[in-house]
Amino acid sequence: MEDRIKGLEAYINNVDPAGSAIVGVAGPGHTAWMMTAAALVLFMTLPGLALFYGGLVREKNVLSVLAMCLGLAGMVTILWWAVGYSLVFGTNFKPESGPTFLSNILGGTEYFFLNGVTSAPNTNYAYWVPQNVFCIYQLTFAIITPALIFGATAERFKFIPLMVFTFLWMFVVYFPLAHMVWGASGLMNGVWNADAKIPAIDFAGGTVVHMSSGWTALIVCIILGKRIGFGKEPMPPHSMVLCMVGTGMLWVGWYGFNAGSALAADGVAANAFLTTTLATGVASFVWAFAELVFKGKPSVLGFCSGAVAGLVVITPGCGFVNATGAVIIGVLAGFVPFLAVTYLKKMIGYDDALDTFGVHAVGGTMGAFLTGVLVDPAVNSNLVSDAYAAKNGLKAAIEGHSLWLVQLEAIGITLALAIVGATVLAFIVKLALGLRPSQEDESAGLDISDHGEEGYILNK
Amino acid sequence: MKKVEAIIKPFKLEEVKDALADLGIEGMTVSEVKGFGRQKGHTEIYRGSEYTVDFLPKIKIEVVLADASLESALAAIVKAAKTGKIGDGKVFVSPVEEAIRIRTDETGDKAV
Repeated sequence: MEDRIKGLEAYINNVDPAGSAIVGVAGPGHTAWMMTAAALVLFMTLPGLALFYGGLVREKNVLSVLAMCLGLAGMVTILWWAVGYSLVFGTNFKPESGPTFLSNILGGTEYFFLNGVTSAPNTNYAYWVPQNVFCIYQLTFAIITPALIFGATAERFKFIPLMVFTFLWMFVVYFPLAHMVWGASGLMNGVWNADAKIPAIDFAGGTVVHMSSGWTALIVCIILGKRIGFGKEPMPPHSMVLCMVGTGMLWVGWYGFNAGSALAADGVAANAFLTTTLATGVASFVWAFAELVFKGKPSVLGFCSGAVAGLVVITPGCGFVNATGAVIIGVLAGFVPFLAVTYLKKMIGYDDALDTFGVHAVGGTMGAFLTGVLVDPAVNSNLVSDAYAAKNGLKAAIEGHSLWLVQLEAIGITLALAIVGATVLAFIVKLALGLRPSQEDESAGLDISDHGEEGYILNK
Repeated sequence: MKKVEAIIKPFKLEEVKDALADLGIEGMTVSEVKGFGRQKGHTEIYRGSEYTVDFLPKIKIEVVLADASLESALAAIVKAAKTGKIGDGKVFVSPVEEAIRIRTDETGDKAV
């Protein structure tokens, strides 16, 4: 009887049920939330991001954006099943004797082809969530991350080279980075790896998702070159309505992304739900207000951009900061990326078509740093846990107010991996296949030249 | 017979149509057109990228009339379409040599 009650208490408190009568089974409440969260994160890509980006391109390229999102969802799913999940969340590269270079940057081989990934929880990650649900939840992150990149390269990256680039990029950048930050034996997993050399924190993917995609986007858009007619002919969004619809879906889906990253329906998830809302609402409002002050009119695209920027910047800290921290993050998220896309882009002159760099790289980097400054262990006891944080130095860094230095190390590693990886891979694919369509195809639009379809037949 | 082409502000279409209908004018052709005159275009800003839109949307009404109806029709159009602000549009009048109603083979004033 006592063992049974112990198990129930562990379920309610989202802690390890080991030693109780309930071991090796999933908890229904946590499982229900994580399946919902996984569906929400997929919804961010299909169709949230597809519409957000799709509305912003010209009419002749709208399908190329939708095809990219669908194509990546399929290809990344196959990679995730075959090796991706195991390389990120496996642990058998780590020998008994302790971490090695390989185990720091990649997980293991034990879950190749999802071997052994069943409805029983993997207690390295979540005590009460089935491993198959955890696996699919993490898959949806692996899908949206590369999809973010191709906002910067929109309207001029051929479909086949884009897919080949992403295939390679997943192995060179995403899998290692996701393992380093979230894998149980990862180099930078301060919260859950007692052996983490760099005890950094990233709740839902400031480094893994937004920095990696945003900095890759900058590199690839520079290597690709500018769109034909960039700066000479107008390239306004073909549908601000679709863009706004996509933004709303991103915002709603992001609750799965951020609150879901608690991997449980617990108090940490609830705090992430709160901070995500605050930062996003504030950032959306601040961006449009900045437009009003600097440009004269608040625009729908300004509200949308601010909302996405708020979501990006709160992502790494949503489970670690409190309400005040979230509002501070919201104000900065509304203003700094606004300056980046409005002034920095014009000053330097790269053609970041849909502002992936300005929003995701600038915002993601800022968020990773601010998380180290605004962290509050009162909202998440894992930040100072005896089992992990006390051993790898995270607890000491938080108590000494020096976590931002650790975050800077994580930012440096992420930057180096994304920039070097993207540069090398983009040149390899450029030499092997070429990256851009012919001038004629680019002028006609990628919808017809790459996909043999048109987005809008009405009124023709 | 005369053809009247009136380029007007789009939101004035209903008023002009009603004014002409009150005079007993039974038909017209309407198109959505773009162009510019003395009224300047406007500027659109998307994340700091500014685009000047030179061609503004207007409505073009074409009506062919018997000579006797011309003066009252012109007065009605100008009165209905006027806001007094720049961009109200223009009216052009030109002679028409012949008109035929296809269904009945009627010609001239009877066909318009």
